[in-house]
Amino acid sequence: MRWLSDYIDVSDLSIKEFCSGLTISGSKVERWETEGEEISKVVVGKLLSVVPHENSDHLVVCQVDVGHAGNGEPIQIVTGASNVKAGDIVPVAMDGSTLPGGVKIKKGKLRGVESNGMLCSLGELGLTTHDFPYAIADGIFIMQEEEGCVPFELGMDIREAIGLNDTSVEFEITSNRPDCLSVIGLARETHATFDRPYTVKAPEYKGVEGDINSMLKVEIHNKELCPRYIAGVVKNVKIGPSPRWMRERLRASGVRPINNFVDITNYVMLEYGHPMHAFDIRYIKGNEINIRNAKQGETITTLDGVERTLTEKMLVIADAEKPVAVAGVMGGEYSGIMDDTVDVVFEAACFDGASVRTTAKALGMRTDASARFEKGIDAQNAYPALMRAFELVEMLGCGEVVNTIIDADYTDKTPKGVEFNPTWINNFLGTDISEDVMRSCLEKLDFKIENGMAYAPSVRIDIECKADVAEEVARIYGYNNIPKTIIRGVAAAELTEKQKFERRIMNAMTALGAYEITTYSFISPKYFDKIRLPEDSKLRNTVVITNPLGEDTSVMRTTLLPSMCEVLARNYNNRNASACLFEIGSEYLPCGKELPEEPVRLSVGMYGGNRDFYDIKGIVDAMLKNVGVEDFEYTACTDTAVFAEASSFHPGRCAVITKDGKAIGIVGELHPEVLENYGIGVKAYAAKLNVTELLDMATAVKTYKPLPKFPATTRDLAIVCDESLPVAELEKAIKKAVGNILETVTLFDVYQGKQIAAGKKSVAYAISMRSHEGTLTDEQADAAVKRVLKELAALGAELRA
Amino acid sequence: MKEQLEKIRQLAEKELAECGAADALENLRVKYLGKKGELTAILKQMGGLSAEERPVIGQLANEVRKSIEDKLAARTAALKSELAAKKLKEETIDVTLPGKVQSVGKLHPLTVTLNEVKEVFLGMGFEVVEGPEVETDHYCFEALNMPKHHPARDTQDTFYISENVLLRTQTSSVQIRTMENKKPPIRIISPGRVYRSDAVDATHSPLFHQIEGLVIDKGITFADLCGTLELLMQRLYGEDCKIRLRPHHFPYTEPSAEVDIMCFNCHGEGCPMCKNEGYIELLGAGMVHPKVLEGCGIDPEVYSGFAFGIGLERITMGRYEINDMRLLYENDMRFLGQF
Repeated sequence: MRWLSDYIDVSDLSIKEFCSGLTISGSKVERWETEGEEISKVVVGKLLSVVPHENSDHLVVCQVDVGHAGNGEPIQIVTGASNVKAGDIVPVAMDGSTLPGGVKIKKGKLRGVESNGMLCSLGELGLTTHDFPYAIADGIFIMQEEEGCVPFELGMDIREAIGLNDTSVEFEITSNRPDCLSVIGLARETHATFDRPYTVKAPEYKGVEGDINSMLKVEIHNKELCPRYIAGVVKNVKIGPSPRWMRERLRASGVRPINNFVDITNYVMLEYGHPMHAFDIRYIKGNEINIRNAKQGETITTLDGVERTLTEKMLVIADAEKPVAVAGVMGGEYSGIMDDTVDVVFEAACFDGASVRTTAKALGMRTDASARFEKGIDAQNAYPALMRAFELVEMLGCGEVVNTIIDADYTDKTPKGVEFNPTWINNFLGTDISEDVMRSCLEKLDFKIENGMAYAPSVRIDIECKADVAEEVARIYGYNNIPKTIIRGVAAAELTEKQKFERRIMNAMTALGAYEITTYSFISPKYFDKIRLPEDSKLRNTVVITNPLGEDTSVMRTTLLPSMCEVLARNYNNRNASACLFEIGSEYLPCGKELPEEPVRLSVGMYGGNRDFYDIKGIVDAMLKNVGVEDFEYTACTDTAVFAEASSFHPGRCAVITKDGKAIGIVGELHPEVLENYGIGVKAYAAKLNVTELLDMATAVKTYKPLPKFPATTRDLAIVCDESLPVAELEKAIKKAVGNILETVTLFDVYQGKQIAAGKKSVAYAISMRSHEGTLTDEQADAAVKRVLKELAALGAELRA
Repeated sequence: MKEQLEKIRQLAEKELAECGAADALENLRVKYLGKKGELTAILKQMGGLSAEERPVIGQLANEVRKSIEDKLAARTAALKSELAAKKLKEETIDVTLPGKVQSVGKLHPLTVTLNEVKEVFLGMGFEVVEGPEVETDHYCFEALNMPKHHPARDTQDTFYISENVLLRTQTSSVQIRTMENKKPPIRIISPGRVYRSDAVDATHSPLFHQIEGLVIDKGITFADLCGTLELLMQRLYGEDCKIRLRPHHFPYTEPSAEVDIMCFNCHGEGCPMCKNEGYIELLGAGMVHPKVLEGCGIDPEVYSGFAFGIGLERITMGRYEINDMRLLYENDMRFLGQF
């Protein structure tokens, strides 16, 4: 905030007002914090005396003058540090003080000697030697007065004394607003938001006479990827730490201070939003700078000490021989600023965003600079940025600025105007804002309005069309001041047949007691083994994610079954006594086209609650009938030809559901091995139905049938047949034999045991018959029964004696 | 004889009053009123009476008969209701014993919320449109004004199947498919699964659900967008919920906004739930970018429109105060049973 106050005064606003104002105008504040917030009761003290501890050879006893903080009396502190002597100015944590990390300091006795606090190191204050280069890391922080800073006073709050009390605000800046990644950009937004003056002075420097052309040559070989390159030279530099105010600002911005020249480039980047780079001119072979594409296989060791191999697609800054920097990404280690550097070249350039992005990604190093170039950089901002760097060099007195520069500039400088049409803007926003108010909104953002055109400042690379201008007006006018209206006109809408069908299935499933689940669409290829899918199953042909989070989520599922098993297992492991679940979801089936097919499936799963196969079959049955699917059949499932999942089921307890010869689902008891693979210790049941295909088979239209006028006649039959004969066969035969007078045929008992021969079973049916013409006679009913018995005889079934 | 009749009456009344069972009552009826009953026996002796006495005794006899009959009827009725009361008393059960479990399943909380959102929009004339989850780069990015190398792609870490095929990171892809196939006016919502390469934690999941909305017509305004969203939020969260719009950036809308809802917990004061902001971010929205319209063959000079994308998990978690997104995908019965 101190930095911002160089440009705009917001001292009358509370930090909360400031943050919420900017958030509402579009610069969202993520968080804000005041440095040193965790520090209390730590003051500046002066060591009056340091004497050895009588009971220890590594402790010393200090008398410390803490000014008014000690009510004029010196306090006694015992310390183990060895770098203190009388006369040193040090941070003193008083009794009852707090330090970063929640540390509390209390007075006490150390080996029998009273200690009324603690002398602090940098680390204990949450600082490093980058913040105070003159201090040491492992020892008490011996403070030094620095130029331009408040002089130390004994008893002064340490935060004030060392400038550890700035407030930093973290913004979430959207990718279209790289201009806001700078102090000046945010000052402009603050200006527009709070309607108060802000000033950006053009940087000034004195410079020394010199012709840069005699020192350096710059040539851009690829003007598309580098439309502008400005170079300036600083001679006879003095490399050293930057002044405290600069270090403080960098630290508050999360940038580590290094040395004055590196700090200046970072400082300018944060202030103007323009990345800069500094080279040691000694290492620019031939004193020439070439901005060119790298040669295939060329290498460079970047500042981070890693050797990188480059490709032809990457843009580099090269001297006469080799690359010295990857353009817009990172400089080379070799040509970087060292302690013995004499002459420095400053670079302020503009590189193509897409190219920087590709290069940075390919090399796996996204830097602060590359992130900025990627989003787009205002080429016109390069010049003031370089000027600011010069100004800072002179301000810091760390070199002689040569008063000529090289500016290779191939940019188009014609200002880009966008139509400014207040009527259109009002129609588009649904507002009634006067032209004057619109103008004032735009002018606060440094737009110029001329002849029906709006000209954005050049840093606003995001302004391209009328709608962009409308947004600027809207956000400064205030999004929340825009009226809220209801769309005009009428429209009717309803769910599609497919959506209604799925909703009917869901309603039926919940009515039948099943709970809906939601699972991930991606699974592990290993799950196919877990559900015992055959090695050559077509379901193993999946849509594969090339960059998955992990193997468990690496392929798109071709069957819902493993997801269901997973959830059954989780519930079982969580000691839920029973579960009855369903999911409607997509399977993703490669089909040779660019995109896979995504048919919708229903999976059902259950365990516990004394359920058996017939429970899940009953649910499936009831659901199908409820959603309008009739006349389907179950057959024992013996192979994986239609449903590869057949191998996941108990071979003797699995049925395929077919309608009109088309398989529409599979239902069964899960195979014991599958249960074991999933760690399910009880029997479990599952089903899968092809919802997409079912939709075409379901009859949504229902027609009323008149209620019967004549009574029904019922006959009960007990039939004995081979135990292996599926009852569905018997039922089919009965239906066929009775004919159109059949109303219902209901199985009410299956019996094996006493009185029934081994290998046989007794099956009992109630057959209800009814005619619409008249009451059936006994003769008619008996004749039907006779036909049934004859038909059954063909199956080897006969009336039970 | 008179005395005899009175005696019979007294005796009968006494016996009736003492009688406690239906069959005993019948025996009494036979004993007194039956053909061989005592009263009949007396009446049989009427022949031996004088003409003066006969009508007097006859009247008395009838009175006695009537009286016994009445008493009998009353006693029968009383006994019946006594028996009924006794039976009812015997049938008393403990009504506080638990009811027999009838299992009705439940929809997943995400579906419950989604269904409500659908109802709101169906009522406003929005159709529900679906689209593929495995999608081409064109529909997910290019046509949404996010060419290759667009920095905004960074905010949507994408799962790729091949260079040009990916798992959609947003349901906005359905916008494009709709606009390519349908002329305005368009009013759709498109709910569905979207994918981003985020590791699983309490607030992130590599798979989540979005509800995309799109309106294209002549004269659609930013104010319409604000009004539509406010209406939705009031339906979902109650009439007194407050929303706030913040300028934001999406490549496919201009102007763009993020929409926050006032924190339910602190009502804008700032609390840990809303990270001290007083508001909770809910969704992104904006006016469809002219480039996007143009790319779909819709003239931005004639038509305008708005679009929005809502995170279904976020609104579901907000409504039910679910604090960990993982619960939604774990599907524990104890969790599913709560909605």
